[in-house]
Amino acid sequence: MEPFDYLSPSSIEEAVKTLASKGDQARIMAGGTDMLVQMRAGRRTAPLVVDIKEIPDLNVVSYDATNGLTLGAAVPCYKIYQDETLSAAYPGLMDAASLIGGIQIQGRATIGGNICNAAPSGDSIPVVIALGGVCNIAGPNGTRQLPVEEMCTAPGRNALADGEILVSVSIPAPQAKSGASYLRFIPRNEMDIAVVGVGSSVQLDASGQNFVSARISLASVAPTPVFAKEAGDSLAGKPVNEETIQAASELAQAAAKPISDMRGTIRQRTHLVGVLTRRTLNIAIERARGG
Amino acid sequence: MAGVTQVQTTLNGEVINFLCEPRQSLLECLRDVLGMTGTKEGCNDGNCGACTVIMDGRIVDSCLVLGVEAEGKDITTIEGMATPEGLHPLQQSFLENAALQCGICTPGFLLASKGLLDQEPDADEGRIRHWLAGNLCRCTGYDKIVRAVLQVSKAK
Amino acid sequence: MTSNQVLSEVEYNVVGTRPVRPDGVDKVTGRARYGDDTNLTGTLQAKVLRSPHPHARVKSIDTSKAEAFPGVRAVITAKDLPFASLSKEELGGDYTALKFATDHMMASDKVLFKGHPIAAIAAVNGHVAQSAMDLIEVEYEVLESVVDVREAMKPGAALLHEDLRTNDMGETADTPSNISTHMSYATGDLEKGFAEADLVMEKEYTTATVHQGYIEPHNTTAFWNSDGQLNLWTSTQGSFQVRATVSNILRLPVSQIKVTPMEIGGGFGGKITAYLDAICAVLSKKTGSPVKAIMTRTEVFEASGPAPASWMRVKIGVKNNGKITAVETEMAMDAGAYPGSPVMQAIVCAFACYDVENGKVDGYDVVVNKPKSAAYRAPGAPQAAFAVESLIDEICGELKIDPIDFRLLNAAKEGTRRIEGLVAKRIGLVECLEAARDHDHYKSKLENGTGRGVACGYWPNRGFQSSVVMTVNYDGVVSLIMGSVDIGGTRASIAQQTAETLGIAYEDVKPTVVDTDSIGYTFITGGSRTAFATGIAAISAAEDVKEQMISRAAKIWDTSEDDIEFVAGMISHKSDEELRLSFKDLARQTATTGGSITGRSSVDPSGEGNGHAVHIADVSVDQETGKTDVTRFTAIQDAGKAVHPSYVEGQMQGGAVQGIGWALNEEYFFDDTGKMLNSSFLDYRMPTSLDLPMIDTVIVEVANPGHPYGVRGVGEAAICPPMAAVANAVTSATGNRMRSLPITPGKILEAGWDSVKS
Ligand SMILES: Cc1cc2nc3c(=O)[nH]c(=O)nc-3n(C[C@H](O)[C@H](O)[C@H](O)COP(=O)(O)OP(=O)(O)OC[C@H]3O[C@@H](n4cnc5c(N)ncnc54)[C@H](O)[C@@H]3O)c2cc1C
Ligand code: FES
Ligand code: FES
Repeated sequence: MEPFDYLSPSSIEEAVKTLASKGDQARIMAGGTDMLVQMRAGRRTAPLVVDIKEIPDLNVVSYDATNGLTLGAAVPCYKIYQDETLSAAYPGLMDAASLIGGIQIQGRATIGGNICNAAPSGDSIPVVIALGGVCNIAGPNGTRQLPVEEMCTAPGRNALADGEILVSVSIPAPQAKSGASYLRFIPRNEMDIAVVGVGSSVQLDASGQNFVSARISLASVAPTPVFAKEAGDSLAGKPVNEETIQAASELAQAAAKPISDMRGTIRQRTHLVGVLTRRTLNIAIERARGG
Repeated sequence: MAGVTQVQTTLNGEVINFLCEPRQSLLECLRDVLGMTGTKEGCNDGNCGACTVIMDGRIVDSCLVLGVEAEGKDITTIEGMATPEGLHPLQQSFLENAALQCGICTPGFLLASKGLLDQEPDADEGRIRHWLAGNLCRCTGYDKIVRAVLQVSKAK
Repeated sequence: MTSNQVLSEVEYNVVGTRPVRPDGVDKVTGRARYGDDTNLTGTLQAKVLRSPHPHARVKSIDTSKAEAFPGVRAVITAKDLPFASLSKEELGGDYTALKFATDHMMASDKVLFKGHPIAAIAAVNGHVAQSAMDLIEVEYEVLESVVDVREAMKPGAALLHEDLRTNDMGETADTPSNISTHMSYATGDLEKGFAEADLVMEKEYTTATVHQGYIEPHNTTAFWNSDGQLNLWTSTQGSFQVRATVSNILRLPVSQIKVTPMEIGGGFGGKITAYLDAICAVLSKKTGSPVKAIMTRTEVFEASGPAPASWMRVKIGVKNNGKITAVETEMAMDAGAYPGSPVMQAIVCAFACYDVENGKVDGYDVVVNKPKSAAYRAPGAPQAAFAVESLIDEICGELKIDPIDFRLLNAAKEGTRRIEGLVAKRIGLVECLEAARDHDHYKSKLENGTGRGVACGYWPNRGFQSSVVMTVNYDGVVSLIMGSVDIGGTRASIAQQTAETLGIAYEDVKPTVVDTDSIGYTFITGGSRTAFATGIAAISAAEDVKEQMISRAAKIWDTSEDDIEFVAGMISHKSDEELRLSFKDLARQTATTGGSITGRSSVDPSGEGNGHAVHIADVSVDQETGKTDVTRFTAIQDAGKAVHPSYVEGQMQGGAVQGIGWALNEEYFFDDTGKMLNSSFLDYRMPTSLDLPMIDTVIVEVANPGHPYGVRGVGEAAICPPMAAVANAVTSATGNRMRSLPITPGKILEAGWDSVKS
């Protein structure tokens, strides 16, 4: 690796100030599980690495049943799935947090880093989109919010401006009769990059027999994670049955714009979007009915 | 130009200081700076687990941790697993169950297994296989490793 | 039913037990010294600059900027190797072989694969060396490349070596070609055999390039002392092999080179070739300092030796009762950039499990723009077994014959003459098949959506030279000194054979693996030879000790040696019961009876017994996603005599799991020009613990007549059956036949779609 300086600020202000003054000379590090690999491979260089893990605001995990979840950008995955309240409230998020890398990676990797890294295959992004997650961003000009689906702009590129930092992700509180799920397809059972990933969330009516609303998002089928809005919207007001789910999965397939590469072909990926959309919707429904 | 930083950390129960460049990984610091070569390198990109150490109670790949991040942390490496009284039960079990062939993956597997059993003393086969999926072993096919961990686990 | 069974014929005291290995404590405490743990004062780090192109002419290399970079101590290119400066006469030997070996280590005029070394840098640390690499300016003329073995065989294909001419059964062709060798064996009357058949089936198979996947990357430390002595500390399967290679490339006498084999983190055949040793040696000579190099994982994938991709056509004729009447195969394997694929072993092993009257096998060794292939566990045989065992399964399906019954009907036995002419000695294939047939697993019911497959595998095993020295300490403990590198417990198994022969306790044998100056020539740890051949060396050195002990006792008792016997660790007078000494008692008296006792032996045994394995695989296939999970697996193998059953099981399980990876997910992806796209463990998908069930084992013991305790090698046969066993299981689960490895989810989906179409 090329040499770099290392800074570990203890406040957002300090971090933003440094980042703003250094411009593209500085690079944020959360868990480092993407960044260090990329730097070692020479794909990224940075004369200054700003480690954000010592900033208290970025380590916040706050949840209550009305305001929902605020998840600090430096919180590693294991802290999310080890939290019993969160596990109960957001099983869909747990699906993703517990399958990024292996246990060692989960000791470091963050959801914030996963989103900011903006890989089309980022496993947490579809489910956070499906859950209606919002990025809380701080920068030289103050703070702003951005829906997660607007964060990734191209492979490896995000919507943050120079000097901006992702502070946390907010996820609305789960309502009664709601549920979410994330599944990805990989040839192994762990330690792999999604061939296709699908995150779905549903809100059912009190009977649990009809959809009130749904959100579906896809990974690894386009240059960025895809928010398949039409697919989710198609379920609103419809009964829960095989046909409506099938129709939604076909719309999800239509929203996918995959390529053929070593991990899968267009046909395989499109097919898998259908399969996983159905499966995630069914799991989400089951969870919604159970909760 | 980046200089050298002094880092204070607790390594295998002892407070130590070392000097490193920010670009050096914890793995490099352990092996090259501190001469503790028990922690192994298999891939240097987080995919094999040979470099696993326990940091503040959690297993991590030391190739994906910077040496400077060790500041104020508590780190256990393979060198800290046995005590003067004897081997750790997992070490003993690995020996008895022939859970190593070439042995290059062994320190990583031992630390990872310790990390698991410290937290979940009654982990069963499924849990062990899941937990150890970040550690690659190419020699054993995992069978004897899983058995060795199971033998120490309280799950029967 | 226990998960690990041993079907023993003969019991011994120490051989056949499961003691803790002598190097065990060091390996579980992190104290064992592997190659990269070598740390001499003042060591420089080396990095190798590698070609980004799979095929290019090197027009110029300018290293001046790198040399000037702060912290860089030396830069070398092929010009710094003797081959560049000596004339053909001065070089002597086989000029072409030496050019290939030298060029493989560091390219001179042409680069032939992505990752081909082009220059190397020694610097104060690895980061500095890495940074300086960007400053080396290389001008390439990129050439058309060829990566597919069948494409490379076609006339008009891009040529790797302008001077390579096919050796076609001993005749050299007139025009250059990428086909380095065509070889062939035949027996009986092929036409008659196929004419007699009731059913003839012929299919084509392909396998992808795969890697051994050892976890420890290649590494070496070299120090070229000012007295001219070159010292190497390295991770290798054969220290004498490294010495020979370095001697050859650097034109140094072997006595000037000392190779110390460090602990080795896996090899599987891939750590026989010396990639870094000569490079570090030359850098050390130039700098006067020790120089160390360790490959990155990407370098390991791109520039060490994977196992070849293959294309195979197999044709088999059978009677309605299942009896084979004729077999034929044509196999082409890619050697990578330089000749030398294991296609010869592939065609020899292809039908070795069967008693075949009429047969013909043809093999083609083909160069392509990929890293030069290396040995990988039973080199050549796994690919061949995949093809042959798949076709046999298909035939069994056609004839509705149980696949184990079919194999029992046709199995090779003692006396079976193989296509290449060798006659089998006592072998245990039938016993393995019977153990499979009788196994609880084979009899168990299959659940819906799952499938079961069986397959056989064969590896001849190897003998070759080994040396052992042992000294008797006056406390009765024997120091056992050997040259065989211990990759998976051979210190234990050689110590066990020593203890057994001497009639002493396992704990009273202390094994050490030493450098090339400290022991006689010892061939590599590989070919499933070490427990067998080094075992024989240890047994014969122990016999040497016994003779000397008898003569010491004769001296003490003032009697003739003929009156003394050495039985079960006791030295006693044949007729006088009073005169008895235990091994320890006598050891205590060595100093007063003529000094220390040293036994020694150098052997080159040829009685290696062939190895056979039979595997049973159950899989479940998710028909919607194409994903295959292995749900149950049983490995059965003839070990002759399992010296240390746990490590025999370990070999069987490890081989089975590498085979499962090869079957399902492992492959090199290349772009059109031959650049590898997946050179990391993330994308080169080896099985993790979560991808596997326990691997049950049955050790069958059919004693090898060529070894005093009946030992056969066990390291390799185990990787031959899994690919076909898994493929056959996938067919049983899905109804679709998979003839191309790996059997990825994508291929399973495609096969499903195709079968709906047709
Ligand atoms: C072995 C291995 C396995 C993996 N498996 C998976 C997997 O299964 N699924 C998956 O999706 N990913 C996987 N990854 C990738 C990676 O672990 C995840 O993307 C992880 O979530 C990244 O989080 P991090 O905290 O480590 O990010 P970092 O590496 O610290 O950062 C990633 C990027 O985001 C930027 N960044 C981080 N935090 C902020 C912030 N707060 N504000 C602004 N920018 C920021 C960084 O500058 C960097 O560019 C794997 C990686 C490895 C090494
Ligand atoms: S060396 Fe760190 S995970 Fe492989
Ligand atoms: S024992 Fe060799 S890699 Fe695990």
